[in-house]
Amino acid sequence: MANVFTAIGNWVNERAPGMMPVYRKHMTEYYAPKNFNFWYYFGVLAIVVLVNQILTGIFLTMFYKPGAATAFDSVEYIMRDVDWGWLIRYMHSTGASMFFIVIYLHMFRGLMYGSYKKPRELVWLLGMFIFLALMAEAFMGYVLPWGNMSFWGAKVIISLFGAVPLIGDTLVQWIMGDYNPADATLNRFFALHVIALPLVLLLLVVLHIFALHEVGSNNPDGVEIKKKKDPATGKPLDGIPFHPYYTVHDIVGVGFFLTICAFIIFYQPTVGGWFLENDNFIQANPLVTPPEIKPVWYFTPFYGILRVIPSKGLGIFAMFASIVLLFLLPWVDRGAVKSIRYRGLGYKIALGLFALTFLLLGSIGAGLTGEAIPKLFGASADVTSIEMHFGWLLVLMYFGYFIYLWVYTAFGFEKTKPVPERVTGGGH
Amino acid sequence: MANEGVNQGRRRFLTGTTAVVGGIGAAFAATPFIKSWQPSERAKNAGAPVLQDISKIEPGQKISVLWRGSPVWIVNRTKAMLDTLPGLDGRLRDPKSLVDNQPKYAQNENRSIKPEWLVMIGICTHLGCSPEYVPEIKPEPFDPEWKGGFFCPCHKSRYDISGRVFQGVPAPANMVVPPYKFVDDTHILIGVNPEDKA
Amino acid sequence: MSSSMTTRVQKRPSLAALLNENLPAMMRKAAFVFACVAFAAPVLAEEGAGLQVANTKVGNIASLQRGARLYFNYCSGCHSIKYQSYSRLAEDLKLSPDEVLKNFAFTGAKIGDQIVSNMPADHAQEWFGKAPPDLSLEARAKGPDWIYTYLKSFYLDPSRPVGWNNTVFPGASMPNVLWELQGTQVAHYAPAKPGEEPAVEKLELASKGSLSAEEFDSAARDITAFLQYVGEPAALKREAVGVWAILYLVFFTFLAWLLNKEYWKDVK
Repeated sequence: MANVFTAIGNWVNERAPGMMPVYRKHMTEYYAPKNFNFWYYFGVLAIVVLVNQILTGIFLTMFYKPGAATAFDSVEYIMRDVDWGWLIRYMHSTGASMFFIVIYLHMFRGLMYGSYKKPRELVWLLGMFIFLALMAEAFMGYVLPWGNMSFWGAKVIISLFGAVPLIGDTLVQWIMGDYNPADATLNRFFALHVIALPLVLLLLVVLHIFALHEVGSNNPDGVEIKKKKDPATGKPLDGIPFHPYYTVHDIVGVGFFLTICAFIIFYQPTVGGWFLENDNFIQANPLVTPPEIKPVWYFTPFYGILRVIPSKGLGIFAMFASIVLLFLLPWVDRGAVKSIRYRGLGYKIALGLFALTFLLLGSIGAGLTGEAIPKLFGASADVTSIEMHFGWLLVLMYFGYFIYLWVYTAFGFEKTKPVPERVTGGGH
Repeated sequence: MANEGVNQGRRRFLTGTTAVVGGIGAAFAATPFIKSWQPSERAKNAGAPVLQDISKIEPGQKISVLWRGSPVWIVNRTKAMLDTLPGLDGRLRDPKSLVDNQPKYAQNENRSIKPEWLVMIGICTHLGCSPEYVPEIKPEPFDPEWKGGFFCPCHKSRYDISGRVFQGVPAPANMVVPPYKFVDDTHILIGVNPEDKA
Repeated sequence: MSSSMTTRVQKRPSLAALLNENLPAMMRKAAFVFACVAFAAPVLAEEGAGLQVANTKVGNIASLQRGARLYFNYCSGCHSIKYQSYSRLAEDLKLSPDEVLKNFAFTGAKIGDQIVSNMPADHAQEWFGKAPPDLSLEARAKGPDWIYTYLKSFYLDPSRPVGWNNTVFPGASMPNVLWELQGTQVAHYAPAKPGEEPAVEKLELASKGSLSAEEFDSAARDITAFLQYVGEPAALKREAVGVWAILYLVFFTFLAWLLNKEYWKDVK
């Protein structure tokens, strides 16, 4: 058997001698720092979810029928009549939410260990483009089941483009191909969701990984392992080959992650209305607005910013700005030290507050504060006013993070700790 | 990066076991995807048995009923038609219907439960065309000794009035008889076997 | 969490159930972070308007059979469950097709048909002001607790066209079809605040029905369970298969963990 594989390998090698070096460059001779911790699982988990979404998506496409009259019924057809269709659909819907959980944690890892800093700015930028494409992909996918929340969510989000000066209204109609989200909207979103955006996503993911492998992975100490090489072999002293060490390492993480996913898929597929919303089990109805229109949970932090700013134009501007600023992070943060382990206290507190702000903005966007305020301040509390003021504070904190970070790092306020020469920890 | 003292046996065993267990898992995970291609509940319900009233079918007349997306013919055969059957054996490919293209209870010269009532899927066993019903016992361009039966215009396959295929035509086997039963004297249920002959 | 706890829509997953005690500490930590992010929000949203917990068990076939019987006697005249077929019902509820057709198909339907009420939509519009909605996905849209409480919360209200009102769904156009079982309830109103309609404080049984309060609760629970099943027939299979999938993944992860440990002996 082994001989057969060797023979095939040689046969291919003779005809495509460039392939093995590519494999070696990215797997067996890609030297990754040996001190990766828990936070370094999320990159590979994102790839696992991407593969899951593509596979289950292909199969869903075989049964789903885009079109205002057929979409909702075809989803129920998948859930009930197609053999195992329910599993394929739940894998896809759970995967969508898990994708964002993984990506948000992956991004937070980048913030904690300064992975966006020089020389990895390009990796970060490509990652941010992946995030943008993912948001578009998720939004369009969310519209496809044509439930009532799909419809109204689409209506609200597409209306955001109405704030574009001069051409706003025309733009909104152009996107929808109608005066409301309708058959035409559903069909073009379907095409974008199943073909166009997945291609873009895949390309970006490949570029993201190639860009990473050019500069090498960062690590929890923020130490460049390429600076300390073994004089004899020329290999990084703190690096280990990605394959087999991180392959086996990642398989454990993937196994654990899939166990959590399986628990959700088989026992909590709607996660109490968070992964699959109750209102989306009602067919789209332009005459009946759901009691509360809100996007799926993963958009709520950005939606929260939009919600608490009382001017339409400004709200939309702030929402887009909140994403654009993330792109600029490598140039906002002027600190010399990468890892949070050796950064000043002021950075640690600010990052903690930034993460908290993000979650709280999410809870405003999801309408949770509206429910929590009467409990905290009594039934007679003015919910709208409290929520607004709280929301403004959060918006200030969100944007304040970037201003603070720039001032803190550019003018020498940060008191960092000495960064070690070599990575600490690693190995088992 | 020291490889001394490594238990290669244990390492190989664990790699092998994990790979095999992972492979089994992948196979199980693939099953739902493969099964999703099977006829869905809706298709199965649409393919449910079809009840047909046969009281209005004149002797010699053929009707077509749709069952699982295929035409099912019901022919009320006359005595004269049935009388042609025994004399054809020498010209047929499978006169005794040995090929399993009919339920056991229809494995006879008439290929039916009641001699006069032929129930058969109207699809040529060659490439899936639907043959024409040519019942008259008279010379035809395609067969000067025609005794009545079915003629496929696609590739000129010929069958007798029981759907038995002639020799020297492209079709390899007799036409298919679906499971069916008589609910009463005037109703046929297509798609299920008779209770006593399941 | 006390048993009287009420939920707004559907039950939140419990954190404890997610965290398997036997996993290594590293994995617990990972699970904790996942769980925090995924479930911090729902925990905040706990509680809501006073719904009673339905406590249904979709896996309890006897309950589903009783629920189906009640549903077809009292509900199916007006409400369709168009995504459900009789044949699937027979299969999942472990009834023979003949039993299902004899007991449930009052409309002369065939076994492969979808379960559709034979009430003409325009008549319904005329009688109730609004066509009775299809209930295929009612339990998924509203949650079992809502249905359970709704079924129990009808009271006599002469101001309504059909003479009935409901505390869970004020102004519902549906009469209490279960009144013979439950008896009739009347409302006690709280003293009205100035300028507001008096709010219903509690409901009281005015005349007894054929069932005791406990028996009626159980009947309402069975109907709710049946609608929950109709909302997601796959739930029966889903929960049965899930155990094996999770057991397999735990075993596979354990193997991978051993493999990982073995390889990482090299890394000093």
